Amino acid sequence: MDGKAGGMIDHGVLWIVIVALGIGTFLIRFSFLGLIGERKMPDWVLRHLRYTPVALLPGLVAPLVLWPAATEGETDPARLAAALVALLAGYIGRSAIWAMLAGAVVLYAGHWLEGLAGWG
Amino acid sequence: MSETTLRSTYLLGLRDALPFILVVAPFAFLFGVVSAEAGLNLVEIFSFSFIVVAGASQLSALSVLQDNGTALVAIITGLAVNLRMAMYSASLTPWLGALPLWQRGFASYLMVDQTYALSIFRYEESPGWTLGQRLRYYLGTATIIMPVWYVVTIVGALTGQNVPESFALDFAMPIAFLSLIAPALRTLAHVAAAFTSVVMALLLAGLPSGFGLLIAGVLAMMAGAQVEQWMERRAA
Repeated sequence: MDGKAGGMIDHGVLWIVIVALGIGTFLIRFSFLGLIGERKMPDWVLRHLRYTPVALLPGLVAPLVLWPAATEGETDPARLAAALVALLAGYIGRSAIWAMLAGAVVLYAGHWLEGLAGWG
Repeated sequence: MSETTLRSTYLLGLRDALPFILVVAPFAFLFGVVSAEAGLNLVEIFSFSFIVVAGASQLSALSVLQDNGTALVAIITGLAVNLRMAMYSASLTPWLGALPLWQRGFASYLMVDQTYALSIFRYEESPGWTLGQRLRYYLGTATIIMPVWYVVTIVGALTGQNVPESFALDFAMPIAFLSLIAPALRTLAHVAAAFTSVVMALLLAGLPSGFGLLIAGVLAMMAGAQVEQWMERRAA
């Protein structure tokens, strides 16, 4: 241990955290799937649930696109362009795999150009 | 349901999950490196990843402990990051709710961003699938994602230094998820939900980790449902 800020973590405390976080996270995951199971849900609930993936996942990635941790939160033109291209390619082409490839190509091409221009 | 159909659905899950190795591996690696630097031994590092299976949550709990925070604060911080999974759970219920309890329990353990996102979009695309097919697909994605998560955590812990930044592997995650989301933006209601999600998540980014996304998600679901009703009324 190098004893930087905080230093050693107590191993007993660590195990308490691992087990409690594991149980708590499992209960969060199990919550609705476990308790509701097969029971019919009202229409208005189902109508909201239909939008869960498009309501959560864009918000999950948006901060990572605009403020990447790798650049200490500074917006990176190559990353932003790659994200927009992946989104557009997926929307038009309706194929996730081609969208991923398009995004990756733009990301690396962008960083290569930044390197040439001496920004990187 | 014939065995071949079930097997091919399982194989489809495997195949769809392959690109997500690039998403999971850097996170697993990062957790391995950071937790080894924090002085955790291999058993602790592996148990952490095996029991919790949620990278961002593990990292935030660990950083609380490193800053001399109490166990309780570390646990609450870590759990808050995972609140979105309650919504994953609700959203999977109409598709997997009819499974026996133990299988729902097992599916819950395997519920991570990648298995959830891959499965839910496939389910929406294939409403004719049987319960057995849905489960097989889910298990197919987990067969790729989980071992990568466990093993690469250990590799990171043993390697002890990070991947060169020029690979920009941090960005595999946004690209992969955006690529999955985009084809699912089928209607104005879906677009409205996604747009609300992005705007609210950015506006609420200052809230403690996990809460902003949860609020953004609920508002975005309401936006989607509301627009759907408007569209239906206009069509009627």
